[in-house]
Amino acid sequence: MADLLTVADLEVGFQTDSGLARVLDRVNFHVGRGEIVGLVGESGCGKTTLARAILGVLPANSARISSGVIDFDGRNLLAEDPQDLATEVRGRLITFVPQDPFSSFNPVFTIGAQIDELMKWKSPDAEPGSGRRYPRTRRRSDRARVVELLRTVQLPDPEGILKKYPHEVSGGQRQRLMIAMALLPEPQLIIADEPTTALDVTIQAQILKLLKRLAAERRVSVLFTTHDLGTAYEICDRVTVMYAGQEVESAPSDDFFAAPRHPYTKRLLESLPSREHGISGIPGQIPALIDPPSGCRFHPRCTSVSARCAAARPDVSEAGPDHLIRCHHPVEAAREAAS
Amino acid sequence: METARFLLRKLAADRTAALGALIIVLLVVVAIAAPVLSTHPQDISEFNPPGRLQPPSAEHFFGTDRMGSDVYSRILFGARITITIAVIAIGVSVLIGVPVGLVAGYYRNWVSDALMRISDIFLAVPQIVLAIAIAQTLGPSIENVILALSATYWPFWARLVYAETRSALNETYVEASIALGASPGRIMLLHVLPNISSSLIVRTTIGMGGTILTAATLGFLGLGPPAPSPEWGRTIAESREFLPEAWWYATAPGLAIFLVVMGFNLFGDGLRDILDPRTRRSSDG
Amino acid sequence: MRELVLTLNRLLWLAPTLLGLLAITFTISHVIPADPIAFIAGDNASAEQIAALKAKFGVDKPIPVQLWNYVIGVAQGDFGVSLYTQRPIADDLVSRLPATLELAFVSILLSALVGIPLGVLAAVDRNSWLDHALRVFTVSGLAIAAFWLAILFQLLFAMEWGVTPLQGRIDGWGPDPVTGFFLIDSAWAGDWEAFRSAAHHMVLPAVTLAFPAMATVMRFTRAGVLDAINSNYVDYQNAMGVPRRVVIWRYVLRNALIGTVTQLGLIFGNLIANAVVVEAVFDWPGLGLYAVNSILQSDYNAIMGFTLIMGAVFIIANLTVDIVHGLIDPREAG
Repeated sequence: MADLLTVADLEVGFQTDSGLARVLDRVNFHVGRGEIVGLVGESGCGKTTLARAILGVLPANSARISSGVIDFDGRNLLAEDPQDLATEVRGRLITFVPQDPFSSFNPVFTIGAQIDELMKWKSPDAEPGSGRRYPRTRRRSDRARVVELLRTVQLPDPEGILKKYPHEVSGGQRQRLMIAMALLPEPQLIIADEPTTALDVTIQAQILKLLKRLAAERRVSVLFTTHDLGTAYEICDRVTVMYAGQEVESAPSDDFFAAPRHPYTKRLLESLPSREHGISGIPGQIPALIDPPSGCRFHPRCTSVSARCAAARPDVSEAGPDHLIRCHHPVEAAREAAS
Repeated sequence: METARFLLRKLAADRTAALGALIIVLLVVVAIAAPVLSTHPQDISEFNPPGRLQPPSAEHFFGTDRMGSDVYSRILFGARITITIAVIAIGVSVLIGVPVGLVAGYYRNWVSDALMRISDIFLAVPQIVLAIAIAQTLGPSIENVILALSATYWPFWARLVYAETRSALNETYVEASIALGASPGRIMLLHVLPNISSSLIVRTTIGMGGTILTAATLGFLGLGPPAPSPEWGRTIAESREFLPEAWWYATAPGLAIFLVVMGFNLFGDGLRDILDPRTRRSSDG
Repeated sequence: MRELVLTLNRLLWLAPTLLGLLAITFTISHVIPADPIAFIAGDNASAEQIAALKAKFGVDKPIPVQLWNYVIGVAQGDFGVSLYTQRPIADDLVSRLPATLELAFVSILLSALVGIPLGVLAAVDRNSWLDHALRVFTVSGLAIAAFWLAILFQLLFAMEWGVTPLQGRIDGWGPDPVTGFFLIDSAWAGDWEAFRSAAHHMVLPAVTLAFPAMATVMRFTRAGVLDAINSNYVDYQNAMGVPRRVVIWRYVLRNALIGTVTQLGLIFGNLIANAVVVEAVFDWPGLGLYAVNSILQSDYNAIMGFTLIMGAVFIIANLTVDIVHGLIDPREAG
């Protein structure tokens, strides 16, 4: 069966004061059905832009999609009417878990009111785009569904929480609510954009476990962006690494962590213990995207660089089963293979 | 010098602020050169009853008033009064308000409480109301308008400087110089004041517009300089009994007030965007 | 609870603040004496007549004694007798307050009804021609002298085109006073003739006063909506495909209005201040007109009474705004 989501040769630029920033450079990416895929990279690598492009919520006045295909379950999202995307796809087939559960709730409405509004438009029982009226029977069945799901995400006293304002519940509880809200419409894909970054470390693990369990139970695919390889390791079936707007390597988690093939990935994994500093153990700086390095954008910092690297961007090559890399000089997998 | 050039460049880029600055410069030029620019400078002191209430013409750009004086010339001379009142009143308000705010902000004792309570009392009633009460008892004259405006406007600066001083005192380098034993006067003048100068400049510019409006209102109520002063508010009040026929008589001075206040408001908004990004208009965000 | 304590605290400060206001105006008006007694007595009065008048109005005593007597009087609701009307000032003020308040409320309502939707439209369609046009409008609204605008309106609508009355509050005597608000009293009595007349007279002064208030309302609504539009919760609802018009008009507006409400005290203060001159232009029988007449008569007891009642109205308005803010903003409660 075909993958649920396939992104092919996606190119996105942002108009800035100092010129066009080429934030995504012919990116290829896919998410299988029921698969949890981690999209990993340093901040500014384009992972959030990719996630937002899939959702169809790039800033309209500055972002420009110049080429590519986003194929979701057989339909090219880039070719569809934005209005249809908002009513039929966003919040129904693809839902979203935001990075910051603190500010993603409207502070002046109760949590219940905000979930009701969502269900009014996006309940699995609702006709797409029919939120103007909210029939009493559906309201009642939706409410039961909400309470049930809040219990599933292990929130104590679901009825009580619905009456509270966002500032009255803890950060961890808010993110549980966000996960519940992402599951309520019974979507096929959840896009979670750094969902644990804003949380306390002790709570992060709980939230990750919860997301992983629920995704498996409900056979929902998850696209999970993070700058933290440790987080990706805990939750993902497969990991895709991005560097400066280009995807460089994609592999099933076990393979990825045991035998990375791209020099950038390898260096990332070597710097893993210094988790505090994220991915900073590599000499050199993340390139500016206004005037990025030619060819492979990592080449100015790469130790195995050659003239080819600056001349042409490497094509995708298969380094193993479902293991894709873009590199002219992949790291030898000998040691790992031998062990 | 470097800062001045930076400011100029920023202001030139902001078209509305540049327009405001242009209007202010124009006002100053008009006030200084009124005797040269006016077509009938003698009309401020001499009257010409036979030529009264003439409509605008090549001879009288804005027509003539009830005494046959040229309205255009009187407006130019009125600019002098407006500038004098606004500059001195604001100057006195700043001179009272800033020290009061500094002292009340620096010390944390009953004196600062008392000072702030007193400013609160002044702020407890709309400025024009208090200014009316004061100007009324003092009698109509330029000096008394200035006095009334200064007496009612200084608490704005006291409040502002008080709040800014309190937050400046929390800055590490100010704390450090206190710990090093610098005298209070030195700290206020060398550390706190420069730190709050940009918000002071912004408020002062915006305050000019409000002060000019209030001064014109006092003039309109007959509390400003007495006849035959060409003060703009008074001129509008005088024109009322000749409406609707002598429409130019009421329109021209009102337009002058509008332009000048607009100039200060636009310029002030522009300055705030540049100097005081915390309160930046959300339009650019 | 915390909100309640703060409100009570401010309520407690009402009396001392008014007392301070009284002391300030009293001191200023007595330290630099104009001579109202000479004005009343006229040019031909003898020294004995003047002394008698001074004794009658209590201005022959030392200033602290005068102040003390005045404070005691005010505490008992006695603001003295108007030098001009020879009526108790308190009665004058109370009888004129409703006219000013009615005008102020109608203007605030008008400025909110027009200013809020326009502010939202300007923010939603940022940098469109509408936004630019409205910005010119807000900047002008704050730069126009209210008395001049009043005269311009009079000139055009009443004198040139004759579509509105020139001056006054109503034709005839007006409805029997219950609330003192003509619109409410006439509607209550079912006297639609009077209601129409009152509304007709209300148009020009209310629009004049609403003009700068509308500019402020629009400015703050626009800023609030822009802040909210750029917030994470709007981004979230957008990412979840909730329709934009629902997000803006139901969610964003509520957040923006909380910010606008906090400015209502300021708006009301400016409005009351402008009412003084606007009432004078339209011969609107409220506190402002009373104050202007008192100025002409050098009646400074009346002016002081006016200042105090304005202070009280202004403080109560700000207090009300605080309480309303606490009620509509859940972050303030609890």
